[in-house]
Amino acid sequence: MSLELLIVQLLNGLQYGVLLFLLAAGLTLVFGIMNFVNLAHGSLYMMGAYFAAWAYNNSVFGIQGSFVFAAFVGIAGSLVLGIVIERVVLFTLYERDHLDQVLATFGLILVLNEVARFIWGPSSYYMEVPDKLSGTISLFGIAYPSYRFMIIAVGLLVALGTYLLIQKTRIGMLIRAGASNATMVGALGVNIKLLNTLLFGLGSALAGVAGLMAGPILSVQPGMGEPILIVTLVVIVTGGIGSIRGAFYAALIVGVIDTIGRVFLPIVLSSLVEKSLAQAAGPAIASMLIYLLMAVVLAFKPQGLFPVKHG
Amino acid sequence: MSALLSIDKLVKRFGGLTATDHVDFAVAPGEVHAIIGPNGAGKTTLISQLAGELHPDEGSIHFDGRDISRATVPERSLLGLGRSYQISQIFRDFTALQNVMLAVQAHAGHSFSFFRPALREAALLEPARAALTQVGLANRMHVPAAAMAHGEHRQLELAMTLAISPKLLLLDEPMAGMSQAESEEMVQLLKGLKGQYGIVLVEHDMDAVFALADRVSVLVYGRIIACGTPDEIRNNPDVKDAYLGDQEEAV
Amino acid sequence: MDKATNWSSPRFYVPAIVLLGLALLPVYSMVAGQPFYVTLFSRIMIFALAALGLNLILGYGGLVSFGHALYLGVGAYAVGILSFHGITNGWVHLAAALGIGIVTASLIGTIVLRTSGMTFIMITLAFAQMGYFFVVSLKAYGGDDGLTIDNRSSMVLFDLSNHTVLYYAILVCLAGVFLVFTRLIGSRFGMVLRGVKSNERRMLALGFPTFRYKLVGYVISAQVCVLAGFFLANLTKFASPSYMVWQVSGDLIVMAVLGGMGTLFGPVIGAILYLVVEEFLSSLNPGWFPKVEDVLNKHWLALMGLFVILMVLGFRKGLYGYLVEREQKKLEKRAQS
Repeated sequence: MSLELLIVQLLNGLQYGVLLFLLAAGLTLVFGIMNFVNLAHGSLYMMGAYFAAWAYNNSVFGIQGSFVFAAFVGIAGSLVLGIVIERVVLFTLYERDHLDQVLATFGLILVLNEVARFIWGPSSYYMEVPDKLSGTISLFGIAYPSYRFMIIAVGLLVALGTYLLIQKTRIGMLIRAGASNATMVGALGVNIKLLNTLLFGLGSALAGVAGLMAGPILSVQPGMGEPILIVTLVVIVTGGIGSIRGAFYAALIVGVIDTIGRVFLPIVLSSLVEKSLAQAAGPAIASMLIYLLMAVVLAFKPQGLFPVKHG
Repeated sequence: MSALLSIDKLVKRFGGLTATDHVDFAVAPGEVHAIIGPNGAGKTTLISQLAGELHPDEGSIHFDGRDISRATVPERSLLGLGRSYQISQIFRDFTALQNVMLAVQAHAGHSFSFFRPALREAALLEPARAALTQVGLANRMHVPAAAMAHGEHRQLELAMTLAISPKLLLLDEPMAGMSQAESEEMVQLLKGLKGQYGIVLVEHDMDAVFALADRVSVLVYGRIIACGTPDEIRNNPDVKDAYLGDQEEAV
Repeated sequence: MDKATNWSSPRFYVPAIVLLGLALLPVYSMVAGQPFYVTLFSRIMIFALAALGLNLILGYGGLVSFGHALYLGVGAYAVGILSFHGITNGWVHLAAALGIGIVTASLIGTIVLRTSGMTFIMITLAFAQMGYFFVVSLKAYGGDDGLTIDNRSSMVLFDLSNHTVLYYAILVCLAGVFLVFTRLIGSRFGMVLRGVKSNERRMLALGFPTFRYKLVGYVISAQVCVLAGFFLANLTKFASPSYMVWQVSGDLIVMAVLGGMGTLFGPVIGAILYLVVEEFLSSLNPGWFPKVEDVLNKHWLALMGLFVILMVLGFRKGLYGYLVEREQKKLEKRAQS
């Protein structure tokens, strides 16, 4: 168990964590304000990856192989798709009970996964890491993949930007007020529908960013959105629904614990119990860590780590 | 005579707002003690703390010789504290009879019975029918609650509270939303209950308060500013300033 | 409702007709020379059983569990793992499955039932996913690829390796659970569950410690899914993590709602409809529009998805539920006059 391995895995955990934050931010805010969970959020992440990969691999408006252009297409695509979905399907569900919302978004996931499968086929759609980022950079004396470092940097920048938006601007203040008491904000004359559509668009764009960045290192395939969506749900429940701060800390904690746990738990375990048991139990327990964490947090703080106080 | 219910220096804060400000309050067995006060005075907050839905920050609540400050809502109900809500909390999917039978069932032992049809149990049917008859809904027993009028909901609300054979009733605006005629009927009904139960009555309807109450406490901004017989309260200058001043026609 | 069985009520004749139809199916299948129908409807009945179990807490308790497929996995892997280690007695399989089921459901139920609303839905989903990853990580038992089972559970008294015997075993359990539930719904326990769904705040104020009843309801409904899982492993001779994925949990909810989640038999109707349509769309091949049919075969899930969305926006009561509601309205009119 070397220090170098620990640092690399910590960085990987951080990288996973910022991806989770990008997904969690949009989801938790929409839930906080409209009391609506869009389970199809993972599909927007998937579409961001697909749009970006497609733009990168094909000649679009004469441009091909440009990561920046691909990123732009990925973000724009998921933004537009998110807003279209919200205006056409989701807005009818705001007044409905949670079962209806869950069923409708479940149906939406099925449709979107099949659309992706229809257009791009069932197997992984490959997007390579762009040349300029395919090397390593030196961090704390260790060689760490540049691409993953970029993800961390972008993720933290976006987190900072979101924080500034939410805490320091008028729009942000309206969003925070809405998360605390949506009816009141509506009564004050603010167009809560427009606010929500904007918020939804922002969340979709963030999901798209996460998807396009994840594309080259994970596999782009139909259904890729749901596993990470479920972890995102763990993040927002643990962090406190409606809370950006909670989403940020919980995302990093979940990302790090999951990554470190998978790598180190089998090792730690084999020094405590005999090898074959450790080899069997290690991965099994590691796979459950983040859910056990959520359960423990809920046992002591049922509203999450940083709950939003409701007016 | 020891009090059936007594509250000692109860405090409840919500952030910077003190909704319940060192309230002392007592109800003797068989007494009707009304709480009046302007909107926002904290009456429902107080009732919620008595019922157990809210926990006070300071102070204690004693009921029937026991300290129930930490008791859960179901525990208080089983000890004999019955509550009716300002906004009717009934089971809309069930008939009036089924509503009240559920209330009876809550106090008729445990409910881990999986095969016997509950709706045919005489032990549940008879007390339920009796409670419905008592509140005047005898001929509406098989009507689904969702199909009943608002006034009937208030009667049903009371029937459910009576069906659990409580020692003390917490009535939160039982006449809310009722017409003049319906209110008068409800007052007659409540008069018939006097002496059998201790009653905490939160009401805006001053006619009802003065007709029913043995004692009246006035709650303003979370504090009890006066407590006495209805006549004493009617003539209290502080009360007139703070509250009854706008209610001249009602008195 | 507390009167004797009304023979003309859809509550009676629909289950009677369907169960009779299911009982006669193997005969039809033999006559038509299509043994495949027995396998198809065995699978349909397994999911009908699971949906029936889920609906105890979904339709009657108001608890939207998006993680009941976990218990299908518990049942299936109890069979798989014990068979792997040479234990082939089906009664042992069943006892182990139900035993693990009670422990798992009690633990998970104790955690998830502290939450409500959307949070409840999300964490039931999360715990089912946890179960999925746990099973995938068990490399010794096949991991991602699943676990092949050499022989069906030996029930000593009867032989499940005969497809027809297995079929009737499932049917008997389906009918049995349905009948038990009809009593359960009208019992004191059932009334508490229904009261909690209708107005939990009032239930607490009346004096019911609702948590313990919700937990028992959750465990009972999970056990029915465990039983379904036991049969699933026997039918396919395979235990797979794919039995526990989130889509399966979602499918169970869709089946319950499609048939009518406010009724007991609705989920059975919903399961039959859902899986028959799935079978139809995915193997449709009369050759009229080959290209369209090909797309349908591969992407029928999109149609199902669209259908679910339309169902939510349109007919929420479900087909059987609609029939029952019509009868209900007639009864109410009679009571009011």
